[in-house]
Amino acid sequence: MTDGQGETAQPASPKRNFGIVLVWVAVLGLLAIVGVGLIRTQQGPAGVGSKPNPFTLRAFDGVEYNTAELVGQVVVINFWASWCKPCEQEAAELEQAYQQFKDQGVVFLGVNYVDTEPEARAYLERFGITYPNGPDLGTRISQAFRIRGVPETYILGPDGRLAHVKIGPYTSLGEIAEAIQAAQAP
Amino acid sequence: MRKVGLLLLGLGFAAAALVAIAGRAAAQGPSPSDDEVNAVAKQLYCPVCENIPLDVCPTQACAQWRDTIRLKLSEGWSEKQIKDYFVEQYGARVLATPPAEGLNWLVYVLPPAAFLVGAFLLFRALRSWRHAAAAAPAAPAAQVANDDPYVRRLEDELKRGA
Repeated sequence: MTDGQGETAQPASPKRNFGIVLVWVAVLGLLAIVGVGLIRTQQGPAGVGSKPNPFTLRAFDGVEYNTAELVGQVVVINFWASWCKPCEQEAAELEQAYQQFKDQGVVFLGVNYVDTEPEARAYLERFGITYPNGPDLGTRISQAFRIRGVPETYILGPDGRLAHVKIGPYTSLGEIAEAIQAAQAP
Repeated sequence: MRKVGLLLLGLGFAAAALVAIAGRAAAQGPSPSDDEVNAVAKQLYCPVCENIPLDVCPTQACAQWRDTIRLKLSEGWSEKQIKDYFVEQYGARVLATPPAEGLNWLVYVLPPAAFLVGAFLLFRALRSWRHAAAAAPAAPAAQVANDDPYVRRLEDELKRGA
């Protein structure tokens, strides 16, 4: 076989073709990994209507709470940290809401996000918080909800689906009560 | 006699108290220096702030984490134990060097592999350029020789003569 200038063109060897295919497969594989990572970061926090995977929270007092066993109840999940100034704005109101709704079967769980236990306990004592709180070991729970920071609050309805999402601190007890009552509604 | 007995009893209590204090001090160990704490802290990243090593992070939370390292060191924890503790608490992302497991293997394998492949391709390219440069001046002369019938006859005569 010859080209226009009378030179004999070398046919591509199978080995060379295999090398080219291998390189393209590696490049496309890397692009796929980068793409999946980018999609994940752009997803945003868990949205209303979604059903987060159940998790177990081991509270500071050693008691474990598994959200799979709480289906049928409204569950208020609040992410906080002792170093988080905005969290302090809603701490007292969250405790008041807990006292108001605990006899109605509403469960409050505080998830302590990347904190140290002594400071976390001091924070709970400072604001008189009595509902269960525990550390988010390995940040697994916060990753399941894809939180971007603290404070964030997620309210699960009786069906286990997210009924309410609040990014940032609640401004009043009324706002919390309204969200819980909406989640309780059939 | 009674006074001597009371004196001896008092000395005994004092000696027991001193032994207890000395024993406790020995169990805790001396307080780790800032350098020892930072030697561990620089292998960890702030769990909250992006890409800031724990030894230079200025936030109050980071100071608390450095205090945690100091406490663990004073209790005799090893560097590995402390890092494992931080991973258990805050996830593998706090490590300055990702653990070689799962997709993290790519971080250790891909850069040297890409370098070697690139070096090989560059070597191949340089070699082919060198061969092309050596062959280029000879090509026109060879082509002329093939086209000219008199040159072809001359070559044939020379071959027969040889």
